[in-house]
Amino acid sequence: MGEILIAVAILGGLGVAFGAVLAAASKVFYVETDPRLDKLNECLPGANCGGCGYAGCAGYAEAVLKGEAPIGKCASGGNECAQAMAEIMGVEAGEVTRKVALVRCSGEKIYDKDGNLVRGAKSKATYEGFKDCVAASKVGGNGPISCKYGCLGFGTCVKACKYDAISVVNGVAKVNEDRCVGCLACAAVCPRQLIVPVEPHRNVVIACNSMAKGAVTTRGCTVGCIGCGLCKKICPEGAITVTNNLAVIDYSKCTNCGLCATVCPKHLIKDSNVENLPDPSVVVSMNGPAVK
Amino acid sequence: MTANAILGIIIAALLSQNFILVKFYGICPFMGVSKKIDTALGMGMAVTFVMALASAACFVVNKLLVALGLSYMQTVAFILVIASIVQVVEMFLKKAVPALYKALGVFLPLITTNCAVLGVVLVNVQNNYNFLISVINGAAGGLGFTLAIVLFASVRERVDKAESPESFKGYPLALIAAGFLALAFMGFSGLSIS
Repeated sequence: MGEILIAVAILGGLGVAFGAVLAAASKVFYVETDPRLDKLNECLPGANCGGCGYAGCAGYAEAVLKGEAPIGKCASGGNECAQAMAEIMGVEAGEVTRKVALVRCSGEKIYDKDGNLVRGAKSKATYEGFKDCVAASKVGGNGPISCKYGCLGFGTCVKACKYDAISVVNGVAKVNEDRCVGCLACAAVCPRQLIVPVEPHRNVVIACNSMAKGAVTTRGCTVGCIGCGLCKKICPEGAITVTNNLAVIDYSKCTNCGLCATVCPKHLIKDSNVENLPDPSVVVSMNGPAVK
Repeated sequence: MTANAILGIIIAALLSQNFILVKFYGICPFMGVSKKIDTALGMGMAVTFVMALASAACFVVNKLLVALGLSYMQTVAFILVIASIVQVVEMFLKKAVPALYKALGVFLPLITTNCAVLGVVLVNVQNNYNFLISVINGAAGGLGFTLAIVLFASVRERVDKAESPESFKGYPLALIAAGFLALAFMGFSGLSIS
């Protein structure tokens, strides 16, 4: 009986002693935190996407508290989040324009029943390495597709997306604009720097990044921008310029009229109301049908 | 103890008696925090730190228990000591070395339940190591843990990118990889310095 009591006493004593040490330590090592920090953290979505350029939501909240970062950098939280943060910090928040990611490639590969490519980027070789764009882009000859600017379609961006907003369709990454929060985590990992921010649900975006000469682009892809300049000529606002054989829209001037989409010989200026793709009932796969 | 014996203990803790891959202690963090090399390294460093500290503290507590004839209470008492140490270390780091706290902070609470820490302390006690050797064994054991988890994380980073059958994706393949890694470490089993 005595032994049991001693055991209980010793262990209990140890427990009490350590408890006292912990209690003392929590007083001695108490770190005063600004109560606003917790509130700021609560406003942020907590997805730690890194779109603001800080190490996670907590990092951004801290930077805002210190005055190092402006309010409204959180693409994911949007206006609501910015207003709430501004209220806590006691300042005015500017408008946050929502941006979404755009994959500047239209080279979806569409094959007919006989396995001939009818639309999209041609494949140059069969790639059997890691199913990863960074790995594929490092293979000699600029990767397995003929266009050295286009989407490789192995979905490195899909893995980077925390919002499940991007998927690979017919060998080209596609952004679901309703889900995309514009954090651009996908853009950071794309070895071809294809992904740029645009305003959501725009009627016209130029979804191509090919800076090769027209003839070279055409050899590699049926839908690549050849820099013909028809869109530039028709644009009433002068919003389109052609540099490096690639048409670029200046969105500050663009009025979303959609005229350029109607003249583009390659149908690569996306008018989101118009489906440019040919009949999707034809056989479709990344590398084409097995038997050719 | 001679320098040779100390070297032998270090090599045993690092390789031939590696806590993860030979003794199979601390498998939960080994599987859980090994998806990326840098987090694996952070976890490894935190474990090394806590193992060395726990070895020192438990040596003292063990002396107390032995003196009172309560050595059968070692396991319970050590768990108590380790849990408290981790808490204090966390608080201390938060105050004194915020940079280190940021690097290790998320891993520290996980270590409370890491059986490798308890394992190293029990090994110390069973082998009657003195204070210095206990701490050396703890630190070397932690480094062995770091070695194993970093190696495993680099294997997993590659395996994740490789194409694999649907049913093997993720943990099944990771467990198989861990098995191969353990097999490789069995090659060190004859290694000893005397």
